[in-house]
Amino acid sequence: MFKILKYSFFDLIRSRWSYVYLLFYLLLGCVLLFLNNDLSKAVITLMNVIIILIPLIGTIFGVMYYYNSKEFTELLLAQPIKRSSIFIGQYLGVALSLSMSLIIGLGIPFILYGLFQSNEIWDFVLLLVTGTFLTLIFTAIAFNIALYNENKIKGFSYSILFWLFMAVIYDGLFLMSLIAFQSYPLDSFSIGATLFNPIDLSRILIILKLDISALLGYTGAVFQKFFGTSFGLLVSIAALSLWVIVPLLNMYRKCRKKDF
Amino acid sequence: MCLLKNFLIGSMLFCGLQITAQTIEVCNGCPVSSLKAAIKMAQAGDTILVKRGTYKEYNIVVDKPLTIKGENFPVIDGEDQGEIIRIVSDHVTIDGLFIVNVGTSYTSDHAAIRVVRSEHFLIQHVVLEKLFFGIYIEKSNHGKIYHNTIIGDAQDEYNSGNGIQLWYSKHVVVEKNNVQKVRDGIYLEFSDNITINENTSTNNLRYGLHFMFSNDDLYTNNTFENNGAGVAVMFSKRIKMLNNTFKKNWGTAAFGLLLKEINDAEIKGNVFEENTVAINIEGSNRVVYSGNDFISNGYAIKVLGACYTNTFEKNNFLYNSFDVSYHSKINDTIFQHNYWSSYTGYDLDKDGVGDVPYRPVKLFSYIVNKTPETIILMRSLFIDIIDFSEKVSPVFTPDNLLDMTPHIKRYK
Repeated sequence: MFKILKYSFFDLIRSRWSYVYLLFYLLLGCVLLFLNNDLSKAVITLMNVIIILIPLIGTIFGVMYYYNSKEFTELLLAQPIKRSSIFIGQYLGVALSLSMSLIIGLGIPFILYGLFQSNEIWDFVLLLVTGTFLTLIFTAIAFNIALYNENKIKGFSYSILFWLFMAVIYDGLFLMSLIAFQSYPLDSFSIGATLFNPIDLSRILIILKLDISALLGYTGAVFQKFFGTSFGLLVSIAALSLWVIVPLLNMYRKCRKKDF
Repeated sequence: MCLLKNFLIGSMLFCGLQITAQTIEVCNGCPVSSLKAAIKMAQAGDTILVKRGTYKEYNIVVDKPLTIKGENFPVIDGEDQGEIIRIVSDHVTIDGLFIVNVGTSYTSDHAAIRVVRSEHFLIQHVVLEKLFFGIYIEKSNHGKIYHNTIIGDAQDEYNSGNGIQLWYSKHVVVEKNNVQKVRDGIYLEFSDNITINENTSTNNLRYGLHFMFSNDDLYTNNTFENNGAGVAVMFSKRIKMLNNTFKKNWGTAAFGLLLKEINDAEIKGNVFEENTVAINIEGSNRVVYSGNDFISNGYAIKVLGACYTNTFEKNNFLYNSFDVSYHSKINDTIFQHNYWSSYTGYDLDKDGVGDVPYRPVKLFSYIVNKTPETIILMRSLFIDIIDFSEKVSPVFTPDNLLDMTPHIKRYK
């Protein structure tokens, strides 16, 4: 597994796209800090970018990599290697190289700007942790979708749809159900509903660190009581981990049975 | 002849006063070792000089015009028995005392210093700790409360008192006081023509400053920080609030400034920073808000209803989660010449005024008003999309609530 991981990882590292991705974050970080001159503002803007862009890049990259390296995968399958280690190795290769681009790309400008001397360091670390989680989650789901669909076009469109659903449509449904049932107590429902969407969950985690003043109004206090405590943080991290583990297990199951 | 006689008697009386005005020293080892005894001995116009030490006294009644001056902050310890000093005479000055342990009572408002039906009082450089009520002015006019420090230890609203309370008092100046950790920092009820200037009121349980039924008052250059519910101004007319700072009043029910039934007020040059709601307005008419800075608040302005002819002009709205939230009809309220940090329009003719009107009410703030739980969707992409579509063609938000002349640059 590690050989394959290493192979995929270095293959990706050498490819143009991870450089572009890395450069994009480097540029974004530099420009934000240059324009804002304020670490906390930069973190807010980055959050907006990260919770939308990382899932999108994760899904597209994952699907693309799977389909592109399909012939090589078939070649590997002819060798005496466990199937699960081939796929999971490839997955980890993609996910880790994407996460590395994110961490290095954003880390360098912020460290140069003096992150370690500021109070924002924990917000920034949280941002990177959620970003990494989102990469892991959406790449895993992309691999799942690709495993289920031989047809490239179908695979691509399903994964884009999945991203669209999580990033936009889910919130729309969520909002509609909140308005429809507004005469009922909705606190635990809304906390539950956010746990079911990794994008929402990451957004809430970061928002509670930043936009506290608005959220702390009456209802905000309920959410703050849950997500703001270490218990809430643990639950959130656990939910995010589940979002990684479940698709991975499914991938493991599916790739063993799949007919090539 | 008669006139001359009167004059002579008058001048003799005056001289007599001058001659007999003397200083009585009070200290632990002196012939006079208690404040009560000193007041009993003193003639009108005398000065009582209290030396450093601890005096365990309460229910001290000052019934003649005296100056009570503390040297190096002598401690008057009430031992939680009740009221400590009560002033019932005109022209009394209290200066430089350290008063502790006012008794808590559920039936009467024990105060460290209470002024009752007296004029021209002056209370200055006094330090109060472990108190119930601090300085309580009752039906007394033309006085000054200057440079006092009041530090309470209030835990619950029901068994704590106010720092400085004015009740049916007129023409009083409250200046440079520092009030902390009491129920209401400064409380005014039925008190007109009061000047509240350069005070600091922080960490109070309820309001930093609380107005009820008090007209023609002025408060300037005060700082209100981290109070349970900010500053409340209720049922008052012609109040001027200038250059104050309202900061970090956040929590489940916190406001920077709460206005209820306020008419003809002026709110100018204030700074509102990091409050849950910077100004919460209800039933207020003909109020002018100008030159204020609203920085990083949850809501900058929240209007609940029954508000007519209010003017919001030349304010800076910077990075608030919601700039304006409106629960009622717009009712000839005007927004003009404000700077909005989230304004996205352009200024082609370079006259400093944006060419596209700005809509301060977002659809999302409308939704949050209806269903508060939806706040959990803040900053989500979906919300940005519906906000944008609402901005392009307003359906739910009041379409006549706009700033026709948004300023392009921030006011300095």
